[in-house]
Amino acid sequence: MSLLVDAASIAAILAGLVFFAAGTAGLLRFPDASSRLHALTKADHLGLGLIVLGLLPRADAVGGAPRLVAVWLLVLVSSAAAGPLLARLARRR
Amino acid sequence: MIADGLIAAAILVVAMATVAARGAFTAVALFIAYGLLLSFAWVRLGAPDIALTEAAIGAGLSGALLLGAAARAGRAAERPPGRAMTAAIALGCTGVTVALAAAILLLPDPAPSLAPQVAANMATTGLGNPVAAVLMAFRGLDTLLESAVLVLAVIAAWSLAPDEAWGGPSGVAQPMSRDGPLALLARLLPPLGILAAVHILWIGKDAPGGKFQAAAILAAMWMLAWMAGRVAPPQVSARWLRVVVAAGPALFIAIGMLGWLTEGAFLAYPPGLALPIIMVVEVALTASIAVALALLVMGPPGRRA
Repeated sequence: MSLLVDAASIAAILAGLVFFAAGTAGLLRFPDASSRLHALTKADHLGLGLIVLGLLPRADAVGGAPRLVAVWLLVLVSSAAAGPLLARLARRR
Repeated sequence: MIADGLIAAAILVVAMATVAARGAFTAVALFIAYGLLLSFAWVRLGAPDIALTEAAIGAGLSGALLLGAAARAGRAAERPPGRAMTAAIALGCTGVTVALAAAILLLPDPAPSLAPQVAANMATTGLGNPVAAVLMAFRGLDTLLESAVLVLAVIAAWSLAPDEAWGGPSGVAQPMSRDGPLALLARLLPPLGILAAVHILWIGKDAPGGKFQAAAILAAMWMLAWMAGRVAPPQVSARWLRVVVAAGPALFIAIGMLGWLTEGAFLAYPPGLALPIIMVVEVALTASIAVALALLVMGPPGRRA
């Protein structure tokens, strides 16, 4: 059972890393601000979500798991707000 | 080991990029990234207290201050320094780097440490976090001076205000954003941020945390509400504002004098009462630091952002 949990945890973290790599590639390669932001926020949300999912079975401290989920939700909210702000600024320029 | 090497390499690369950046805005953005990487390094070194402070103050608030400064300086900040100035900067940076490297490399082995003494005497403070014990008891004077410096910084920033704007609101009033992402953040985050700040302040006595980190979060929440136009920037003539900024350090000094009268040493705490006194000072300092930090970022009255 623990082997299965470990395998799922590692798979989720690796998948998260793939999304982060894809988001970084998009940030570096995409032509304009909007699509760069799109690549960055979408990939980061999914990537961080998967990494948090992979870390959940490993959270040992009391309240560790809810804290991990809270970190993910806070990042979701802040980058969901920061993305449109940056996009508006970029369009105005 | 590989991760540590990567973090160290990334810190060096980002530091170089910060220095080499052409625009002020780019340099500040890189500086913020540099601060976040640095707090990573502190976590890896087992110093979560410093990591928290670096992320909150070093990267977050200093970043906001520098962004504001870059925006105010405008084009003037983009002008490259002259050749003599460049040489002087290079010389200064090299000197500091060499001095720091020499200081680290010349340390005797094992390095001198006061950690055993702190561990042995920590019980007298009632605190469970050795960093808090050093900051609030064994080296309380340093913390007192640190917090007093912030009051001086606010006075210095305010003294830059033009005469006709004096007494008016600090910084510039931001347009009210009724909807959109900023308004959403300004409604959603402050309750959570205030909760997190209170938690970090309270847990600081037994675990990594404390007033500076809590105050940085509180200041950020206030700034968020101000930037979204949901609260008006405070009038610099407001009495409550000045009282709050000065109250923390003033209370700390008063308690220090009390220790001098009753125990015979400045900042000595009466036995058994150390913990309650420290916590009261921490709360007062948190309020003072939070307001001072927010005022510094908002800037003096009357300037255009």
